[in-house]
Amino acid sequence: MTESHAARVAAKPAEQYALRLGDDALVLSHRLTEWLTRAPDLEEEVALANIALDLVGQARFLLTSAGQSSGRDEDDLTYRRTDREYRNALIAELPNSDFAHTVVRLLFFSTYQWVLYTALQHSAEPDLAAFAGKAVHEVAFHRQYAAGWVVRLGDGTEESHDRTSAAVAELWPYTAELFAVDELIEGLTAEGIAPDPVILQARWSEQVEAVLSEAGLGVAPTEAWRPTGGRAGLHTEALGYLLAEMQSVHRAFPGATW
Amino acid sequence: MMNMHNPAALEEAAIEPTAVDVVRSVPDPEMPYLTLGDLGVVVEVTADAPDSVHVRLTPTYLGCPATEVIARDVESALRDVGWRHVAVEYCFDPPWTPDRITPEGRRKLAAEGVAPPPARTTGGPVLVQLTTATRVTCPRCGAEETLLLSAFGATPCQELRRCGSCGEPFPAIKAAR
Repeated sequence: MTESHAARVAAKPAEQYALRLGDDALVLSHRLTEWLTRAPDLEEEVALANIALDLVGQARFLLTSAGQSSGRDEDDLTYRRTDREYRNALIAELPNSDFAHTVVRLLFFSTYQWVLYTALQHSAEPDLAAFAGKAVHEVAFHRQYAAGWVVRLGDGTEESHDRTSAAVAELWPYTAELFAVDELIEGLTAEGIAPDPVILQARWSEQVEAVLSEAGLGVAPTEAWRPTGGRAGLHTEALGYLLAEMQSVHRAFPGATW
Repeated sequence: MMNMHNPAALEEAAIEPTAVDVVRSVPDPEMPYLTLGDLGVVVEVTADAPDSVHVRLTPTYLGCPATEVIARDVESALRDVGWRHVAVEYCFDPPWTPDRITPEGRRKLAAEGVAPPPARTTGGPVLVQLTTATRVTCPRCGAEETLLLSAFGATPCQELRRCGSCGEPFPAIKAAR
Protein backbone atom coordinates (compact mmCIF):
# COMPACT_ATOMS: atom_id res chain seq x y z
CA MET A 1 0.00 0.00 0.00
CA THR A 2 1.68 3.25 -0.98
CA GLU A 3 1.50 6.21 1.33
CA SER A 4 -0.19 8.29 -1.39
CA HIS A 5 -3.26 6.04 -1.23
CA ALA A 6 -3.79 6.83 2.42
CA ALA A 7 -2.87 10.50 2.07
CA ARG A 8 -5.34 11.03 -0.71
CA VAL A 9 -8.13 9.40 1.23
CA ALA A 10 -7.82 10.71 4.84
CA ALA A 11 -4.98 12.91 5.95
CA LYS A 12 -4.93 13.14 9.75
CA PRO A 13 -4.48 10.02 11.94
CA ALA A 14 -7.86 10.47 13.66
CA GLU A 15 -9.43 10.68 10.20
CA GLN A 16 -7.72 7.49 9.04
CA TYR A 17 -9.09 5.82 12.17
CA ALA A 18 -12.61 7.12 11.46
CA LEU A 19 -12.23 5.80 7.90
CA ARG A 20 -11.43 2.29 9.16
CA LEU A 21 -14.41 2.23 11.53
CA GLY A 22 -16.68 3.77 8.87
CA ASP A 23 -15.63 1.26 6.20
CA ASP A 24 -16.22 -1.62 8.66
CA ALA A 25 -19.79 -0.42 9.24
CA LEU A 26 -20.47 0.40 5.58
CA VAL A 27 -19.22 -2.88 4.14
CA LEU A 28 -20.94 -5.11 6.71
CA SER A 29 -24.11 -3.07 6.22
CA HIS A 30 -24.03 -3.96 2.52
CA ARG A 31 -23.60 -7.65 3.30
CA LEU A 32 -26.62 -7.51 5.65
CA THR A 33 -28.78 -5.82 2.99
CA GLU A 34 -28.09 -8.81 0.74
CA TRP A 35 -30.51 -10.72 2.99
CA LEU A 36 -33.43 -8.56 1.85
CA THR A 37 -36.06 -10.84 0.19
CA ARG A 38 -33.98 -13.87 1.31
CA ALA A 39 -34.34 -13.89 5.10
CA PRO A 40 -35.86 -16.97 6.84
CA ASP A 41 -38.94 -14.96 7.91
CA LEU A 42 -40.31 -11.40 8.04
CA GLU A 43 -39.07 -10.64 11.57
CA GLU A 44 -35.47 -11.53 10.57
CA GLU A 45 -35.80 -9.52 7.35
CA VAL A 46 -36.88 -6.42 9.30
CA ALA A 47 -34.23 -7.00 11.97
CA LEU A 48 -31.31 -7.41 9.52
CA ALA A 49 -32.51 -4.41 7.49
CA ASN A 50 -32.70 -2.28 10.66
CA ILE A 51 -29.22 -3.36 11.75
CA ALA A 52 -27.91 -2.52 8.28
CA LEU A 53 -29.61 0.89 8.51
CA ASP A 54 -28.00 1.58 11.90
CA LEU A 55 -24.59 0.65 10.44
CA VAL A 56 -25.13 3.01 7.49
CA GLY A 57 -25.96 5.72 10.03
CA GLN A 58 -22.64 5.06 11.76
CA ALA A 59 -20.78 5.01 8.43
CA ARG A 60 -22.27 8.36 7.41
CA PHE A 61 -20.91 10.07 10.50
CA LEU A 62 -17.55 8.32 10.37
CA LEU A 63 -16.93 8.87 6.65
CA THR A 64 -17.95 12.51 6.95
CA SER A 65 -15.38 13.05 9.69
CA ALA A 66 -12.79 10.99 7.79
CA GLY A 67 -13.03 13.26 4.76
CA GLN A 68 -12.98 16.60 6.54
CA SER A 69 -9.48 17.83 5.79
CA SER A 70 -9.30 16.25 2.34
CA GLY A 71 -12.65 17.80 1.44
CA ARG A 72 -14.13 14.44 0.35
CA ASP A 73 -17.75 13.99 1.50
CA GLU A 74 -19.48 10.75 2.53
CA ASP A 75 -20.79 10.03 -0.98
CA ASP A 76 -17.44 10.69 -2.62
CA LEU A 77 -15.71 8.34 -0.17
CA THR A 78 -18.41 5.68 -0.53
CA TYR A 79 -18.87 5.66 -4.28
CA ARG A 80 -15.56 6.83 -5.71
CA ARG A 81 -12.94 4.78 -3.94
CA THR A 82 -11.47 1.59 -5.33
CA ASP A 83 -11.12 -1.50 -3.13
CA ARG A 84 -7.43 -0.64 -2.66
CA GLU A 85 -8.53 2.56 -0.90
CA TYR A 86 -11.01 0.88 1.43
CA ARG A 87 -9.81 0.26 5.01
CA ASN A 88 -12.40 -2.19 6.39
CA ALA A 89 -11.30 -5.32 8.24
CA LEU A 90 -11.63 -8.47 6.09
CA ILE A 91 -14.34 -9.98 8.33
CA ALA A 92 -16.81 -7.34 7.07
CA GLU A 93 -16.36 -8.12 3.37
CA LEU A 94 -16.53 -11.93 3.41
CA PRO A 95 -19.45 -13.12 1.28
CA ASN A 96 -22.62 -14.25 3.06
CA SER A 97 -23.34 -17.97 3.19
CA ASP A 98 -26.04 -19.38 5.48
CA PHE A 99 -27.97 -17.70 8.31
CA ALA A 100 -25.68 -19.23 10.93
CA HIS A 101 -22.68 -17.55 9.27
CA THR A 102 -24.50 -14.22 9.30
CA VAL A 103 -25.46 -14.32 12.99
CA VAL A 104 -22.01 -15.57 14.08
CA ARG A 105 -20.32 -12.79 12.11
CA LEU A 106 -22.80 -10.29 13.58
CA LEU A 107 -22.08 -11.61 17.10
CA PHE A 108 -18.33 -11.19 16.59
CA PHE A 109 -18.67 -7.78 14.94
CA SER A 110 -21.39 -6.23 17.15
CA THR A 111 -19.57 -7.37 20.31
CA TYR A 112 -16.41 -5.75 18.91
CA GLN A 113 -18.32 -2.53 18.23
CA TRP A 114 -19.93 -2.66 21.68
CA VAL A 115 -16.63 -2.94 23.58
CA LEU A 116 -15.03 -0.39 21.22
CA TYR A 117 -17.79 2.24 21.48
CA THR A 118 -18.10 1.72 25.23
CA ALA A 119 -14.41 2.68 25.55
CA LEU A 120 -14.52 5.31 22.78
CA GLN A 121 -16.96 7.38 24.84
CA HIS A 122 -13.91 8.55 26.74
CA SER A 123 -11.90 9.43 23.63
CA ALA A 124 -9.81 12.61 23.68
CA GLU A 125 -11.48 13.44 20.37
CA PRO A 126 -14.81 15.02 21.45
CA ASP A 127 -16.84 14.36 18.27
CA LEU A 128 -15.78 10.72 18.28
CA ALA A 129 -16.69 10.40 21.97
CA ALA A 130 -20.15 11.95 21.43
CA PHE A 131 -20.73 9.65 18.45
CA ALA A 132 -19.71 6.59 20.48
CA GLY A 133 -22.11 7.63 23.23
CA LYS A 134 -24.95 7.37 20.72
CA ALA A 135 -23.81 4.33 18.77
CA VAL A 136 -23.18 2.15 21.84
CA HIS A 137 -26.92 2.00 22.61
CA GLU A 138 -27.71 0.90 19.07
CA VAL A 139 -25.08 -1.83 18.81
CA ALA A 140 -26.33 -3.24 22.14
CA PHE A 141 -29.47 -4.28 20.23
CA HIS A 142 -27.38 -5.80 17.42
CA ARG A 143 -25.38 -7.82 19.91
CA GLN A 144 -28.47 -9.05 21.76
CA TYR A 145 -30.09 -10.10 18.49
CA ALA A 146 -26.98 -11.99 17.31
CA ALA A 147 -26.35 -13.62 20.68
CA GLY A 148 -29.95 -14.79 20.88
CA TRP A 149 -29.68 -16.48 17.49
CA VAL A 150 -26.26 -18.03 18.07
CA VAL A 151 -27.61 -19.67 21.24
CA ARG A 152 -30.77 -20.88 19.50
CA LEU A 153 -28.84 -22.34 16.57
CA GLY A 154 -25.89 -23.68 18.55
CA ASP A 155 -28.16 -25.31 21.08
CA GLY A 156 -30.73 -26.31 18.48
CA THR A 157 -30.79 -29.28 16.11
CA GLU A 158 -27.72 -31.21 15.00
CA GLU A 159 -27.92 -29.42 11.63
CA SER A 160 -28.07 -25.90 13.13
CA HIS A 161 -25.32 -26.81 15.60
CA ASP A 162 -22.98 -28.07 12.86
CA ARG A 163 -23.59 -25.02 10.66
CA THR A 164 -22.98 -22.65 13.57
CA SER A 165 -19.77 -24.32 14.67
CA ALA A 166 -18.54 -24.34 11.06
CA ALA A 167 -19.22 -20.59 10.92
CA VAL A 168 -17.29 -20.04 14.17
CA ALA A 169 -14.34 -22.03 12.80
CA GLU A 170 -14.32 -20.03 9.55
CA LEU A 171 -14.79 -16.57 11.05
CA TRP A 172 -12.78 -16.72 14.27
CA PRO A 173 -9.33 -16.20 12.60
CA TYR A 174 -10.62 -12.99 10.98
CA THR A 175 -11.44 -11.44 14.36
CA ALA A 176 -7.75 -10.94 15.22
CA GLU A 177 -7.53 -8.11 12.66
CA LEU A 178 -10.13 -6.13 14.61
CA PHE A 179 -7.68 -5.84 17.50
CA ALA A 180 -4.42 -5.61 15.54
CA VAL A 181 -2.00 -2.88 16.59
CA ASP A 182 -0.12 -0.92 13.94
CA GLU A 183 1.62 2.44 13.80
CA LEU A 184 -1.64 4.37 13.49
CA ILE A 185 -3.27 2.65 16.47
CA GLU A 186 -0.16 3.04 18.62
CA GLY A 187 -0.11 6.78 18.01
CA LEU A 188 -3.84 7.25 18.63
CA THR A 189 -3.78 5.10 21.76
CA ALA A 190 -0.88 7.15 23.13
CA GLU A 191 -2.90 10.33 22.52
CA GLY A 192 -5.98 8.86 24.24
CA ILE A 193 -8.02 9.12 21.05
CA ALA A 194 -8.37 5.35 20.43
CA PRO A 195 -8.80 2.70 23.18
CA ASP A 196 -6.09 0.06 23.70
CA PRO A 197 -6.97 -2.92 21.47
CA VAL A 198 -5.42 -5.41 23.92
CA ILE A 199 -7.95 -4.41 26.58
CA LEU A 200 -10.77 -4.47 24.03
CA GLN A 201 -9.84 -7.97 22.89
CA ALA A 202 -9.88 -9.27 26.47
CA ARG A 203 -13.38 -7.88 27.08
CA TRP A 204 -14.51 -9.11 23.66
CA SER A 205 -13.23 -12.66 24.18
CA GLU A 206 -14.88 -12.89 27.59
CA GLN A 207 -18.30 -11.87 26.22
CA VAL A 208 -18.13 -13.89 23.01
CA GLU A 209 -16.93 -17.03 24.74
CA ALA A 210 -19.79 -16.74 27.24
CA VAL A 211 -22.25 -16.88 24.35
CA LEU A 212 -20.41 -19.68 22.58
CA SER A 213 -20.40 -21.83 25.69
CA GLU A 214 -24.12 -21.19 26.32
CA ALA A 215 -24.69 -22.21 22.71
CA GLY A 216 -22.78 -25.42 23.35
CA LEU A 217 -20.23 -24.44 20.74
CA GLY A 218 -17.25 -25.18 22.95
CA VAL A 219 -14.06 -23.16 23.13
CA ALA A 220 -12.92 -20.96 20.27
CA PRO A 221 -10.36 -22.39 17.82
CA THR A 222 -6.78 -21.37 18.53
CA GLU A 223 -4.75 -22.11 15.41
CA ALA A 224 -2.24 -19.39 14.47
CA TRP A 225 -3.57 -18.30 11.05
CA ARG A 226 -4.50 -14.58 11.31
CA PRO A 227 -5.64 -13.10 7.98
CA THR A 228 -4.97 -9.33 7.74
CA GLY A 229 -4.47 -6.65 5.13
CA GLY A 230 -7.77 -4.81 5.16
CA ARG A 231 -6.42 -1.91 7.21
CA ALA A 232 -3.81 -1.39 4.47
CA GLY A 233 -6.17 -1.75 1.52
CA LEU A 234 -5.18 -5.35 0.71
CA HIS A 235 -8.56 -7.09 0.39
CA THR A 236 -10.02 -10.40 -0.72
CA GLU A 237 -11.52 -10.49 -4.20
CA ALA A 238 -14.99 -10.33 -2.62
CA LEU A 239 -14.69 -6.60 -1.90
CA GLY A 240 -14.23 -5.70 -5.56
CA TYR A 241 -17.51 -7.41 -6.51
CA LEU A 242 -19.30 -5.83 -3.54
CA LEU A 243 -18.15 -2.31 -4.51
CA ALA A 244 -18.97 -2.90 -8.18
CA GLU A 245 -22.57 -3.51 -7.13
CA MET A 246 -22.75 -0.82 -4.41
CA GLN A 247 -21.22 1.88 -6.64
CA SER A 248 -22.96 0.90 -9.90
CA VAL A 249 -25.78 3.47 -9.88
CA HIS A 250 -23.51 6.31 -8.82
CA ARG A 251 -20.95 5.45 -11.47
CA ALA A 252 -23.70 5.12 -14.12
CA PHE A 253 -25.15 8.54 -13.26
CA PRO A 254 -22.33 10.61 -11.69
CA GLY A 255 -23.58 13.64 -9.78
CA ALA A 256 -27.21 12.52 -9.78
CA THR A 257 -29.16 13.62 -6.65
CA TRP A 258 -32.58 12.77 -5.20
CA MET B 1 -31.00 24.02 28.97
CA MET B 2 -33.26 25.62 26.37
CA ASN B 3 -31.49 28.79 25.29
CA MET B 4 -34.39 31.14 24.62
CA HIS B 5 -33.84 33.57 21.77
CA ASN B 6 -33.58 37.28 22.45
CA PRO B 7 -37.22 38.45 22.69
CA ALA B 8 -36.36 42.11 22.23
CA ALA B 9 -34.83 41.49 18.80
CA LEU B 10 -37.89 39.50 17.83
CA GLU B 11 -40.35 42.21 18.85
CA GLU B 12 -38.84 44.54 16.26
CA ALA B 13 -39.13 41.90 13.57
CA ALA B 14 -42.71 41.20 14.84
CA ILE B 15 -42.45 37.56 13.78
CA GLU B 16 -45.02 35.52 15.64
CA PRO B 17 -45.19 32.79 16.83
CA THR B 18 -41.65 32.54 18.25
CA ALA B 19 -39.06 30.42 16.41
CA VAL B 20 -38.92 27.86 19.22
CA ASP B 21 -42.66 27.24 19.02
CA VAL B 22 -42.47 26.85 15.25
CA VAL B 23 -39.68 24.28 15.49
CA ARG B 24 -41.37 22.42 18.32
CA SER B 25 -44.63 22.09 16.42
CA VAL B 26 -43.12 20.52 13.27
CA PRO B 27 -44.59 16.98 12.99
CA ASP B 28 -42.39 13.84 12.83
CA PRO B 29 -42.55 12.60 9.24
CA GLU B 30 -43.05 8.94 10.18
CA MET B 31 -45.28 9.52 13.22
CA PRO B 32 -47.12 12.71 12.22
CA TYR B 33 -49.30 12.61 15.37
CA LEU B 34 -46.07 13.47 17.27
CA THR B 35 -44.33 16.85 17.08
CA LEU B 36 -40.56 17.42 17.40
CA GLY B 37 -41.35 18.97 20.79
CA ASP B 38 -43.14 15.80 21.90
CA LEU B 39 -40.21 13.68 20.67
CA GLY B 40 -37.62 15.76 22.55
CA VAL B 41 -35.22 16.25 19.62
CA VAL B 42 -35.16 20.09 19.83
CA VAL B 43 -32.02 21.17 21.72
CA GLU B 44 -31.57 24.88 21.06
CA VAL B 45 -33.13 27.64 18.94
CA THR B 46 -31.22 30.95 18.94
CA ALA B 47 -32.00 34.07 16.91
CA ASP B 48 -28.63 35.68 16.14
CA ALA B 49 -30.26 38.52 14.12
CA PRO B 50 -33.83 39.82 13.55
CA ASP B 51 -34.28 37.53 10.51
CA SER B 52 -31.65 34.88 11.19
CA VAL B 53 -32.15 31.81 13.38
CA HIS B 54 -29.92 28.84 14.29
CA VAL B 55 -31.48 25.51 15.28
CA ARG B 56 -29.69 22.58 17.00
CA LEU B 57 -31.44 19.18 16.96
CA THR B 58 -30.35 15.82 18.39
CA PRO B 59 -31.14 12.79 16.17
CA THR B 60 -33.10 9.83 17.57
CA TYR B 61 -31.12 7.08 15.78
CA LEU B 62 -27.96 7.51 13.69
CA GLY B 63 -29.38 5.81 10.62
CA CYS B 64 -32.93 7.12 10.91
CA PRO B 65 -33.93 8.35 7.43
CA ALA B 66 -36.36 10.86 8.99
CA THR B 67 -33.50 13.03 10.29
CA GLU B 68 -32.87 14.59 6.87
CA VAL B 69 -36.56 15.16 6.23
CA ILE B 70 -36.92 16.75 9.68
CA ALA B 71 -34.09 19.21 9.02
CA ARG B 72 -35.72 20.29 5.75
CA ASP B 73 -39.19 20.53 7.36
CA VAL B 74 -37.80 22.71 10.18
CA GLU B 75 -36.09 24.99 7.69
CA SER B 76 -39.20 25.48 5.54
CA ALA B 77 -41.46 25.94 8.58
CA LEU B 78 -39.22 28.80 9.80
CA ARG B 79 -38.98 30.39 6.35
CA ASP B 80 -42.79 30.25 6.02
CA VAL B 81 -43.15 32.54 9.06
CA GLY B 82 -40.61 35.06 7.83
CA TRP B 83 -37.16 33.89 8.96
CA ARG B 84 -34.86 34.56 5.98
CA HIS B 85 -31.61 32.98 7.21
CA VAL B 86 -32.15 29.53 8.77
CA ALA B 87 -29.34 27.17 9.88
CA VAL B 88 -30.37 23.69 11.10
CA GLU B 89 -27.66 21.51 12.62
CA TYR B 90 -27.58 18.08 14.29
CA CYS B 91 -25.52 17.42 17.40
CA PHE B 92 -25.01 14.35 19.60
CA ASP B 93 -24.75 16.29 22.81
CA PRO B 94 -27.09 15.73 24.62
CA PRO B 95 -27.69 12.31 23.03
CA TRP B 96 -31.37 11.50 22.44
CA THR B 97 -32.88 8.73 24.52
CA PRO B 98 -36.56 7.72 24.77
CA ASP B 99 -36.67 9.42 28.17
CA ARG B 100 -36.74 12.74 26.27
CA ILE B 101 -40.26 11.99 24.97
CA THR B 102 -42.61 14.34 26.87
CA PRO B 103 -45.65 13.13 28.85
CA GLU B 104 -47.84 14.66 26.13
CA GLY B 105 -45.85 12.71 23.52
CA ARG B 106 -46.31 9.51 25.52
CA ARG B 107 -50.07 10.13 25.71
CA LYS B 108 -50.30 10.68 21.92
CA LEU B 109 -48.29 7.49 21.24
CA ALA B 110 -50.54 5.37 23.43
CA ALA B 111 -53.64 6.90 21.80
CA GLU B 112 -52.27 5.78 18.39
CA GLY B 113 -51.70 2.20 19.59
CA VAL B 114 -47.93 2.61 20.01
CA ALA B 115 -46.78 1.78 23.53
CA PRO B 116 -44.58 4.53 24.99
CA PRO B 117 -41.15 3.43 26.32
CA PRO B 118 -40.98 2.15 29.93
CA ALA B 119 -38.78 3.99 32.38
CA ARG B 120 -35.04 3.52 31.71
CA THR B 121 -33.94 -0.04 32.53
CA THR B 122 -31.35 0.36 35.30
CA GLY B 123 -29.29 -2.80 34.65
CA GLY B 124 -26.69 -2.88 31.85
CA PRO B 125 -27.64 -4.41 28.48
CA VAL B 126 -28.76 -7.99 29.03
CA LEU B 127 -26.66 -10.20 26.79
CA VAL B 128 -28.76 -13.24 26.04
CA GLN B 129 -32.48 -12.74 26.45
CA LEU B 130 -34.70 -14.61 24.07
CA THR B 131 -37.96 -13.10 25.22
CA THR B 132 -37.99 -9.98 27.35
CA ALA B 133 -41.18 -9.26 29.26
CA THR B 134 -40.67 -5.77 30.66
CA ARG B 135 -43.22 -3.37 32.08
CA VAL B 136 -44.66 -2.20 28.71
CA THR B 137 -48.42 -1.99 28.94
CA CYS B 138 -50.68 -3.03 26.07
CA PRO B 139 -52.13 0.09 24.38
CA ARG B 140 -55.40 -1.75 23.74
CA CYS B 141 -56.31 -3.47 26.99
CA GLY B 142 -53.73 -1.98 29.39
CA ALA B 143 -52.40 -5.37 30.55
CA GLU B 144 -48.85 -5.19 31.90
CA GLU B 145 -47.72 -8.64 30.82
CA THR B 146 -46.39 -8.15 27.26
CA LEU B 147 -43.85 -10.16 25.27
CA LEU B 148 -41.12 -8.96 22.88
CA LEU B 149 -41.66 -10.39 19.38
CA SER B 150 -38.72 -8.58 17.79
CA ALA B 151 -36.37 -5.81 18.90
CA PHE B 152 -36.73 -4.28 15.44
CA GLY B 153 -39.84 -2.74 13.92
CA ALA B 154 -41.12 -0.33 11.30
CA THR B 155 -38.78 2.46 12.38
CA PRO B 156 -35.40 2.36 14.17
CA CYS B 157 -36.99 3.56 17.43
CA GLN B 158 -39.72 0.86 17.50
CA GLU B 159 -39.87 -2.79 18.58
CA LEU B 160 -42.67 -5.37 18.11
CA ARG B 161 -44.49 -6.82 21.14
CA ARG B 162 -47.57 -8.95 21.84
CA CYS B 163 -49.99 -8.56 24.74
CA GLY B 164 -50.11 -11.46 27.20
CA SER B 165 -53.87 -11.11 27.83
CA CYS B 166 -55.65 -9.81 24.71
CA GLY B 167 -53.03 -11.43 22.46
CA GLU B 168 -52.83 -8.45 20.08
CA PRO B 169 -49.41 -7.57 18.54
CA PHE B 170 -48.45 -3.88 18.83
CA PRO B 171 -45.46 -1.58 18.16
CA ALA B 172 -43.67 0.00 21.14
CA ILE B 173 -40.94 2.61 21.45
CA LYS B 174 -37.72 0.82 22.44
CA ALA B 175 -36.50 1.48 25.96
CA ALA B 176 -33.12 3.15 26.37
CA ARG B 177 -30.42 0.51 26.84
